[in-house]
Amino acid sequence: MEKTWNNKAWFLVLPVLVLVAFSAVIPLMTVVNYSVQDTFGNNVFFWAGTEWFEELLHSDRFWEAMTRNLIFSFIILAIEVPLGIFIALNMPKKGWGVPVCLVLMALPLLIPWNVVGTIWQVFGRNDIGLLGYYVNAVGIDYNYVQDPFDAWVTIIVMDVWHWTSLVVLLCYAGLVSIPDAFYQAAKIDGASRWAVFRYIQLPKMQRVLLIAVLLRFMDSFMIYTEPFVVTGGGPGNSTTFLSIDLVKTALGQFDLGPAAAMSLVYFLIVLLLSWVFYTVMTNYDAER
Amino acid sequence: MARIDVNHVRHSYLPNPQKDADFALREVHHTFEDGGAYALLGPSGCGKTTLLNIISGLLHPSHGQLLFNGRDVTNLSTQERNIAQVFQFPVIYDTMTVYDNLAFPLRNRGVPEADVDRKVRETLDMIDLASWAKKKARGLTADQKQKISLGRGLVRSDVNAILFDEPLTVIDPHMKWVLRSQLKQLHRRFGYTMVYVTHDQTEALTFADQVVVMYDGGIVQIGTPAELFERPRHTFVGYFIGSPGMNVMPVAIDGKTATLGSQRIELPGAPKAGSGAIELGIRPEYVRLGRDGMTVQVSKVEDLGRHKVVRAKLEGRDIAAVIGEDEAVPAEPKVRFDPAGINIYADSWLVEMARVEMGA
Repeated sequence: MEKTWNNKAWFLVLPVLVLVAFSAVIPLMTVVNYSVQDTFGNNVFFWAGTEWFEELLHSDRFWEAMTRNLIFSFIILAIEVPLGIFIALNMPKKGWGVPVCLVLMALPLLIPWNVVGTIWQVFGRNDIGLLGYYVNAVGIDYNYVQDPFDAWVTIIVMDVWHWTSLVVLLCYAGLVSIPDAFYQAAKIDGASRWAVFRYIQLPKMQRVLLIAVLLRFMDSFMIYTEPFVVTGGGPGNSTTFLSIDLVKTALGQFDLGPAAAMSLVYFLIVLLLSWVFYTVMTNYDAER
Repeated sequence: MARIDVNHVRHSYLPNPQKDADFALREVHHTFEDGGAYALLGPSGCGKTTLLNIISGLLHPSHGQLLFNGRDVTNLSTQERNIAQVFQFPVIYDTMTVYDNLAFPLRNRGVPEADVDRKVRETLDMIDLASWAKKKARGLTADQKQKISLGRGLVRSDVNAILFDEPLTVIDPHMKWVLRSQLKQLHRRFGYTMVYVTHDQTEALTFADQVVVMYDGGIVQIGTPAELFERPRHTFVGYFIGSPGMNVMPVAIDGKTATLGSQRIELPGAPKAGSGAIELGIRPEYVRLGRDGMTVQVSKVEDLGRHKVVRAKLEGRDIAAVIGEDEAVPAEPKVRFDPAGINIYADSWLVEMARVEMGA
């Protein structure tokens, strides 16, 4: 077969190239541009080379924020994934309960992020907040403004409240796609409840779970709005995650060069970790 | 293996059934003999899957009793009844190997691993998948998956019965034939009680010794394939079995003669008086097309390769006749009914006829 060479085809991909250029490539390039220069305003730039990157990688502040962020992502995944599966397994499969449950589950997802933050900020306050006030009233010393541990608990509970439904909905979609015959066959084969979960339900949920873990990991690793609204990164730096640190550097201190370098490193880490996650989980899938 | 008695079983999916129409299964009273191969044949919605699920215990009947070898099992769970069932769509445990799939029902019952191994190997040979034992089950073809579903039943040596719920629906036509003959072989070799639900008459007639024809929530006829063909007890069986189905036409009866419009048809005997609408049924295979008899207007000839189906009008009613592949339709076509194939129905049910040999 003779291959046809026709360069006119490039025109057909041009629109998408232009779109991606304006939405991603050009903004990213300006960040690259900032990251290798120093500026004091007035559009005057000095070449800085890799200085900002070296500084960043030797900065304790950066590594601490990163560690906090990884711990946070790990904790919320460890809670939201099992909890999401558990709730999905217990949701009704038919009848009037289905729409009720679906709406209830979707509600937290529909609330704007800064509103979620505000809700919990008020909810947890120990002077006027419903939660904060009564937790203190029963004798537990709880104050997320002053105690780092309480601040962490608040942010984790808030994230679980906000995002577990995403895992639930994805798992539920996987579960309802299982034909009844599978459960009937399992009954005939004498399978226990655990065996039904392990060999029928879990394999069917595997793909959606992969997506859920990936989404929740990326989202939690980039979390900004909710902890910013609730704790502002405090007390001290105890809830300063990478993105909060980044915004402090870029807009608080107006250090554009270091902030740009940080953005790029941040971006590469998210990309790398997502890739690792995806490859590990899909390879595991293929092996089985 | 077991004899299964279905004792006046009625079932409704409604919580509070009142009239007959509320019942998906109006009333079934039948015995499946130990080691028999039965087919439940009927159109969609006739209640055949309901009956099967009642036997397997996936459904609890609204009324009636179910006995396995005389023991009441109506209130026992599926697992306690110890039956095997193969579903319309192959059910396999994706993440397990073929071997583990077959071992699953045994391991669930706590059978020692040495026995599991022996039974699984035997079963793999029976279903012809020995070389696939170590493969993941998810990569198999539909017919292999269906064999695994079957194998999970066969692996338990003590199953009371093996039930099939339209198991060949998703199988390619050429594999259907292979699987069906393998099933027949298994039945002959091991003598399982098998109940096979289908709406495909070829499948039912080739698989079963006894075909149970169901219609509208009840059993209309139980018989060998030949009986169903020659003497359908109900006009529905006549329509449903055979291709094309039986010709049924309203007639008036006077002794040994039937009157259809202006035509008189000699009957093989005098039917016992029946009440209600009287109809004459005759299969297209017994309608002789030739130069004498009753005048018909031929509307269409369908050539099926092996034979031809002639569609015609007799006294304004549609009638089908089967003629040989190399026979031609005469210029002035007429039909005669072979008395051996004539059945008389009153209110759709067969009326007994004292058959007299013709020419005697």
